[in-house]
Amino acid sequence: MSKSEQLVHGQSGFSRRAFLKGSGAAAAASALAGTAALAAEEAKATSVVAGLTTITLDVNGQSHKVQVEPRTTLLEALRYGLNLTGAKPISVDGSSGGSTVFVGGKPISANTMLALECVGKKIQTVESLGGAKIDPVPAAFAHHDASQCGFCTPGFVMAVKAFLQKHPKATEAEIRSGLNGNLCRCGTYANIIPAVLDVVKGAGNG
Amino acid sequence: MVEYVWPDRANSSVLGGSHDKIDSSAKCTGAAKYSYDINPDKVLLARVLGCPHAHCKLKSLDIGAAEKVKGVVAVHAIHKAGDELNWHGDLIACVVGETEGAVAEGLAAIRADYEQLDVFVNDEDLAAAEAAKRTSKSGGKVQLKREPGDNEDKKEFEEKEFGRLFKEAAAVVEGRYGIHAITHMCLEPHGSTCEWTDGKLTAHLSTQAVSSSAGGYSALKVTADDVTVHCDYIGGGFGSKFAVDTWGLLAAQLSRDLGRPVKLMLDRDLELKNGGSRPSGFAEVKVGADSEGVITVWDSHHWSAGGVGGAPVGQDVVPYVIVPPNYRRRVTNVKINTAPVRAWRAPNHPQGCAMSQTAVDDVAAKLGLDSYDVFMRNLVNVPKERAAVYAEEMKIAAKLMDWKAKWHSHGRGPAQGSIVSGLGMAIHTWQGGGHPSSCLVKIHPDGGVETFLASQDLGTGTRTVIAIVLAETFGLPISAIKVNIGSSKYPASGPSGGSTTVAGVSESNRRAGEDALVQLNELVAKKLQVEPNVLVAKNGRIQDQGNPSKSLSWKEACSLLGMNPLEVKGRGAPGPKSKLSSSGVAGVQMAEVAVDRETGVVKMKKFVAVQDMGLVVNHKTAESQIYGAMIMGIAYALFEERIMDPKSGAFLNAEVADYRLPRLGDIGELVVQLYEPDAERSRGVIGLGEPPVISPGAAISNAVCNALGLRVPVLPITPKRVVDTLKARNA
Amino acid sequence: MKAFEYAAPESEQEVLELLSAQRGRTEVLAGGTDLIGLMKKMLVTPDRVVSLGRVDSLKTIDADSQGARIGAMVTLEDLLDHPLSQDYPALQQAIRAIHSLQLQAQGTLGGELCQRPRCWYFRGGQGLLAERGRAVAEGDNRYHAIFGNTGPAKFVCPSRLAPALIALSASVRILGPDAGDETTAPLEFLFRTPKDERQREHNLEPNQFVAQILLPPPDGRTSASYEVQHGSGPDYPLVAAAASLAMRGGVVAEARIVLGQVAPMPWLSREAAESIVGSPVNDASAEAAGDAAVSVATPLANNQYKVQLARVAVKRALLLAAGLETGGF
Repeated sequence: MSKSEQLVHGQSGFSRRAFLKGSGAAAAASALAGTAALAAEEAKATSVVAGLTTITLDVNGQSHKVQVEPRTTLLEALRYGLNLTGAKPISVDGSSGGSTVFVGGKPISANTMLALECVGKKIQTVESLGGAKIDPVPAAFAHHDASQCGFCTPGFVMAVKAFLQKHPKATEAEIRSGLNGNLCRCGTYANIIPAVLDVVKGAGNG
Repeated sequence: MVEYVWPDRANSSVLGGSHDKIDSSAKCTGAAKYSYDINPDKVLLARVLGCPHAHCKLKSLDIGAAEKVKGVVAVHAIHKAGDELNWHGDLIACVVGETEGAVAEGLAAIRADYEQLDVFVNDEDLAAAEAAKRTSKSGGKVQLKREPGDNEDKKEFEEKEFGRLFKEAAAVVEGRYGIHAITHMCLEPHGSTCEWTDGKLTAHLSTQAVSSSAGGYSALKVTADDVTVHCDYIGGGFGSKFAVDTWGLLAAQLSRDLGRPVKLMLDRDLELKNGGSRPSGFAEVKVGADSEGVITVWDSHHWSAGGVGGAPVGQDVVPYVIVPPNYRRRVTNVKINTAPVRAWRAPNHPQGCAMSQTAVDDVAAKLGLDSYDVFMRNLVNVPKERAAVYAEEMKIAAKLMDWKAKWHSHGRGPAQGSIVSGLGMAIHTWQGGGHPSSCLVKIHPDGGVETFLASQDLGTGTRTVIAIVLAETFGLPISAIKVNIGSSKYPASGPSGGSTTVAGVSESNRRAGEDALVQLNELVAKKLQVEPNVLVAKNGRIQDQGNPSKSLSWKEACSLLGMNPLEVKGRGAPGPKSKLSSSGVAGVQMAEVAVDRETGVVKMKKFVAVQDMGLVVNHKTAESQIYGAMIMGIAYALFEERIMDPKSGAFLNAEVADYRLPRLGDIGELVVQLYEPDAERSRGVIGLGEPPVISPGAAISNAVCNALGLRVPVLPITPKRVVDTLKARNA
Repeated sequence: MKAFEYAAPESEQEVLELLSAQRGRTEVLAGGTDLIGLMKKMLVTPDRVVSLGRVDSLKTIDADSQGARIGAMVTLEDLLDHPLSQDYPALQQAIRAIHSLQLQAQGTLGGELCQRPRCWYFRGGQGLLAERGRAVAEGDNRYHAIFGNTGPAKFVCPSRLAPALIALSASVRILGPDAGDETTAPLEFLFRTPKDERQREHNLEPNQFVAQILLPPPDGRTSASYEVQHGSGPDYPLVAAAASLAMRGGVVAEARIVLGQVAPMPWLSREAAESIVGSPVNDASAEAAGDAAVSVATPLANNQYKVQLARVAVKRALLLAAGLETGGF
């Protein structure tokens, strides 16, 4: 045991045994054999879902029925269930920001959220910013050539959207420190900065 | 006979302007469909099992359990027992299933046994490579101004002569420099979605080579006619996506076998392990210079690893651009257990620059001279035809950087707390001539204009360039031109690599456009009762140059075509005779960095690029290419490297979370200046993608060296390397 | 991902009923930013995932004169935006240092503390202790532990909030294993250095979960966090330090100094604290505390540089806590 560990133990007078109270009893009670057994024994538990199930997702203001498994991520549900392919699979986790969508108004990585977690929440994808009247953020991206290959762009656009909702009057310094959750490989960062500043100015004017 | 030329600056309407990409909105709203996004009805998903070892023999492979996993439709063994596998992540077997989850479970159910074989991955350590018998000689060259005497032994003379030159040099610098391997890390991994209809394949392939890829499916016993390669959008290639690849063929084959569309995109880690990397380069360099810093003699040995079967950094990029009259260079190949390297933006030039122009800067440091002056004086040793351009670009860059005001000699700058700043520069070159390209331009009787060519847009703005060329040619707005690319069924056009596309497609479309206009003008001339050669297309009209009142609107003119569209084929003919395009550029970059001496953290303060590229078709996208290249340069200079486990050969950082890359907050102030005087513009179009990605490594390394007064020898310059270097000096 | 059952209970007690006592059978899902990736890589293959997303009692922040009680499911963003965070600068700075608005919006306090190590041998499927430590010791250990690494565990605790919270004397409230069981302990006890592959790096039974983090009132203490970051991205810092100080008469009366990313657990440095107590905070005393902190470092072959970074991080955290300039980035 290291000195530091000894120190904190000594300081608190707290024993590890008390901390792990009850663990032995619990271990003894857990001789379950498989998933099915788990499900059967705890059938009374609320909302245990296994296998294919149909859920309703509220995406871009419309309700959609999608068939998912518990392991289906929101990203898979959007891309394969609803053919909304704007959000991209770039990283296995949330480190690229490529699959950023809004769930309940918050920017999240759709590839690290289970579709089942999103039932009953409003989901907004980058596709909602297009159409006849393009949203100011993608419009500014287009005008400042803030996409190259474009694979990171939808996620970046959503991140900027979220950032500006919180920081509508963001300065350049705030933009530079506030938009680092998204990865671009082609090097569009230099064009994104003036694009975001443009949206800030536009918001200020109107 | 039409003379194919560009209008001069004053008579250009859209050519050389600054235009939004015509496909930007689609990209920015998620409407653009990449290969990964194509979801045909009943599409099956396929993923691949990567080898867990860096070098092994496959002893057994059991796919039985995987086949039984619920939702798995097929399991395909790529390798069989007895096969040798040469790198971590080499592809072993493929699982096809209904959902990503089912496929993942299938992959986990595959059982394989391996016999491990010898592994070597430490390309930086030449002695270790030699001890492991992983090296081979890879050529070299000796060039001396003086010749040996008639009876003199050549080798002895060389030794003597190098001895003399170094002895006579006012300063001799010996350095060790290097740059680690990086991966392409295309954000859309390699792969395709394949579907068959009536024995014909449509492959939605993420490719830089739409035309030539169709032939890549010949192993499936289909002709190129039976194959349509389709790629509207590609999520990054950077030189790694020219081939169909084993996984591309596999997707097509499985789709045919299973009678359903199949999508096979590499997982992120397999993308990094298989999808392409850039060779490393490490060098020992000794240079001699006169008292002004002009290099008189160069002696280098560099070694490089290209992975299994890949080509490492060759000899011709060391020394880089600045080639003194006397030099000797040797190259050693190091064989390591990684996937073969692929072309990476400006193949070998960034490494050559990082291993050479660092030494140039060390000469300045040794002599206590201003690096700018030393680079300027060394322009006596760059190719003559570009020396003046380098000099001009250096002057412009220095002004933009405010170099003279900011300069301090190496390691002598004022510190603010633990932070010191420094300046560094480098220069580069690239060819960038156009590739062969053909196209079909159609002018419809209703005035619509379309062009068709089997090219591709990597995000550089190829579509937009084509539209600008035709809009300029026909005197129309850019929005009037419909550009059809991305299908191998269109006229063949070259792959997008080596900065060859813009010159290539500009050639073919300008030629086709001019030819089409000649034919249209004949009809218009009859109608207006003028000679065809007085007609010009301008502002949406075709008019008599001398008497603009004699004119037809574009639409009226096109209506003269009758029922059928005018179709004209164009074929680019880049080469010395063409006035539309050329090749060979210079380019100068200057970096200013701040270094925290306590933590080794380096931050970009300012980074200036001055770049010539002949005639600039679209300023906006040209500048974006340079910004992007500078940021990719910051990436390999300060952040990214492939990290291999020295013992097992495992690729340790093959996920986004572990593979460090710069983010928006890491780029500092970037300044781009296009250098386009009439003398350059008149050369015609030259490719731009590669050149600006070459200098950043050396420029940033030199800036760090200027800040610290100490060379951090190997890129990327991470906090670890800075701290370790400082510690070694203080020890 | 392996197929699993998904359960979304609405009460703490239901959560406990759904968790298995057998390691690996069930996993607790909070924000998902780490767990989902681990499951995709098949590094974690539970039969059941128990989501805390519908347990409202885990989403509240309560503060009074006795201190603060923050639910494990409070997102980092909500915590940062709560006025409470201003009373605990070390915590506020640590959250801000996670440069991803997505990770802040999705990641939760409990999940942040319970995320699994980033060690690339672990993430590459070789287990937490990878050949009982040999893979790391003989491999590339540039990001590995420089303290507490003499056993088989050489990974670093990935949590970026734990150093700040421990410096701030936070406690953790853990529920389970059985309904009604609860344990409140200093947060440092959530972490441990595993000795074999059966152990995880958290002192949590499989059927226990973190419910709340409790913070004592600031009581005039000053605090700060400092991370040595390689770049502006969400990448894990190379080294981090947090300091919480009670000042009396211009000198440090009490100090808690905790390093992050340097040991298998958050590293509470007695040496640094002893060094600074009794002194005013200035460049010299802060530097001496940094030196003291690393006096017990045991770096591996490739991570000697982290000793220097740890020294600097401690120094700078102390200077920041005292409202002074660090002189660096």
